[in-house]
Amino acid sequence: MAKRSIGLQGRENIYLDRPIWASAHEEPEGAVLSDVVAQAVDRPNTRKVTDLLMAVEEARGGPAWPSPMDFLRERASVIRRETLEDLPGYVSQLADAARSNGMIVHFASTPGEARQVITDIAKERGVELVVKSKSMVTEEIGLTKHLESMGIESVETDLGEYIVQLADERPSHVMVPAIHRSREDIARVFSQLSGGSVRSDIPELVAFARQRLRADFARADMGISGVNFAAADRGTLVIVTNEGNGRMVTSRPRVHVAVMTMEKVIPRFSDLAVLLPLLFYAASRQRLTAYQTFINGPRRPGEQEGPEEVHLVILDNGRSDISKGSYKEVLACIRCGACQSACPVYRRVGGGQAYLSTYGGPIGAVLTPLLKERPGPSELSFLSTLCGACEEVCPVKIPLTSLLIGLRADYEASKGPYSASGLAWKAWGELWSRSYGYSLSTTAVRLVAPLMEKARQLGFPLPGAAGRWVQGRSLPRFTTRAQAKHGSTAPFDSAPPVLGNFTSDTQDDSSVSREEHIDES
Amino acid sequence: MDEFNNGISPVGIAHSIMDELAKTARVAVFATCMVDLAGHTVLEATEKVLEAMGVEVVLPDGQSCCGQPALNSGYPDPAVKLAKHWIKTFEPYDVVVSPAGSCVAMVHHHFPRILEGGWRERATRLSKRTFELTQFLVARQERLAFSLDETVTYHDSCHMKRFLGESSTPREVLSWVKGLQLVEMEGADVCCGFGGTFSVKFPEVSVEMGRLKLDLASRTQAGFIVSADPGCLMHLEGTARAQGIGLRTMHIAELLAKAMQRKSEHLHGDIRS
Repeated sequence: MAKRSIGLQGRENIYLDRPIWASAHEEPEGAVLSDVVAQAVDRPNTRKVTDLLMAVEEARGGPAWPSPMDFLRERASVIRRETLEDLPGYVSQLADAARSNGMIVHFASTPGEARQVITDIAKERGVELVVKSKSMVTEEIGLTKHLESMGIESVETDLGEYIVQLADERPSHVMVPAIHRSREDIARVFSQLSGGSVRSDIPELVAFARQRLRADFARADMGISGVNFAAADRGTLVIVTNEGNGRMVTSRPRVHVAVMTMEKVIPRFSDLAVLLPLLFYAASRQRLTAYQTFINGPRRPGEQEGPEEVHLVILDNGRSDISKGSYKEVLACIRCGACQSACPVYRRVGGGQAYLSTYGGPIGAVLTPLLKERPGPSELSFLSTLCGACEEVCPVKIPLTSLLIGLRADYEASKGPYSASGLAWKAWGELWSRSYGYSLSTTAVRLVAPLMEKARQLGFPLPGAAGRWVQGRSLPRFTTRAQAKHGSTAPFDSAPPVLGNFTSDTQDDSSVSREEHIDES
Repeated sequence: MDEFNNGISPVGIAHSIMDELAKTARVAVFATCMVDLAGHTVLEATEKVLEAMGVEVVLPDGQSCCGQPALNSGYPDPAVKLAKHWIKTFEPYDVVVSPAGSCVAMVHHHFPRILEGGWRERATRLSKRTFELTQFLVARQERLAFSLDETVTYHDSCHMKRFLGESSTPREVLSWVKGLQLVEMEGADVCCGFGGTFSVKFPEVSVEMGRLKLDLASRTQAGFIVSADPGCLMHLEGTARAQGIGLRTMHIAELLAKAMQRKSEHLHGDIRS
């Protein structure tokens, strides 16, 4: 009988109240993005997420970059782009340095390979119980589910991750995985887990989790962590946490496996002087997190503590290709979550789960369609108003809206040259780049609009975009204007007047009629 | 994107150059498709304010749309076609003014990105002469007497604030209006949820974002939510009407036109809701 986690004991008693598309176990394939988004808007805690993130932003005084953070931001943007100029070079330098520090380095090109590497390590060393600290890449490769399928329990030790694991959900924020959960929710989950009554009092909730997880830290055979930064010149892995669980995971069990995606590499140890304070600021306006753990290899002879083995797994999953293409700047990301917190769409859908992918929010909408395996909905780039709030808060100045626009074009192009929307936009381009075409089509809209309004009043559903517009909105009042100025002093005399004077009933007192214009001029 | 983009590029034009250009006797007004379709009062108000400043207004024939709807929908080719058409239409004029912040941002921010070679140069040159309405009014340095007893709150359109880099001129213009009180809402620059085709691709979240915006605006006790972008206003107005929210919307040009009409006037009951 394998060792079982104390932290997870009793989880079969937890009533799972999440929608199936938020599950960590079910593949979200088949779920339709627009349907899921519509459901997410109405989830009970969605409005709380919105209000919380708005209040946090307000308390922080908006998204500004005061000095000296603006300087660090500039510098970090350069460092990250410098890294991307030679990603394979820095990764291989990192691997060499890590090896000379006594780590065992593994490369995985796909999530499947990464899972294989990690389960092989576990099997060869008789691992029965795993403790994990927060790591998005292990989410990307579906590690926990895979380990469980092999009979190895793996318990999340970051409080937020622990909560979503118990509730069988994907994390909803890269920094605050259970942001969509109220403390009443959490008390309910803990109560069901323990079969007792846990109050929704924050110290009590934390104490509960701490007690459960301490037992697992002491008994686990293997600790799995992510990596925030990996310095190529020294082979140093850096993990930052506020809970200290990262330090426990990487020092207590006899085997430590650190998993990173290749772009986590940074050229120099000294770059941390820029990147760490910037990460803390962008993520949580902290000057310093409670813990910064620097890992330089396994326990050395004469040392009392630390794992016997440290493995570093470096995952590609399409990033080598991304780094050569026009979307390479997405790899500058340092996973601070600021773009998620700032995104009004992300806020209004109650967090990242509605994005049906590992990474939600603006960074997820860009990264997800680019990943090779387990990518999620390819139309994710459309789940944005392109408002640019994400770019404003991004600590490494990733031009997220431009990347989203590019991905939208790729998505549409993938439909082939004769898709209905492609033909429609082509026709639109032809019509609207000619004055009579523009005039004709805008006139047509004005003629059709009153009919639509009429149909709507009679209770008929409106077709297509108009039908979706009127879900919660009134139709605009399509109007026309006097054609007073057209052609009067313009240099092109050949073009016909753009607009006819079709209606006058919508004019109110404030409008200026054509005659008045002419008289004045 | 061969070179690394530095993210948001604000307007990047020296104020002295803008001030010099704004002395012009004649401007070409870019109405935009949104205004052509559903906002003729915005256009008329724009003309009225400009003319009151002694500026001759021209509406160049053949003007159409900046191409942004196609670009943001994943169709850069028709967007490029429209961008070129736009440049040909407005290039003969010394100064272009538009009452739509997002469309001006398209010219400034996206035209140089999506056009190449000579077209890119032409776009860059022309963008330096292309103003959002309140930018022009401020640069013109001429103060008309505006007067209106009203309390309003201002909604920053995302593209105007973040891609055109402009949030001060609309507020400055509102400060000219005697009797007008501007009460800032929390999250004045939070997106209203319009987002062009986003509004019909994800209508539920779009409407909810609109409701949130209207809610924040309502808390200021303002009678009107004012903006310099017809797209946001169309969405907010449609949402407010359908949801029975009392707050009303108004384009900043309409407000100015109203404020110069009579000595002092209260808006309620006067503008169509």
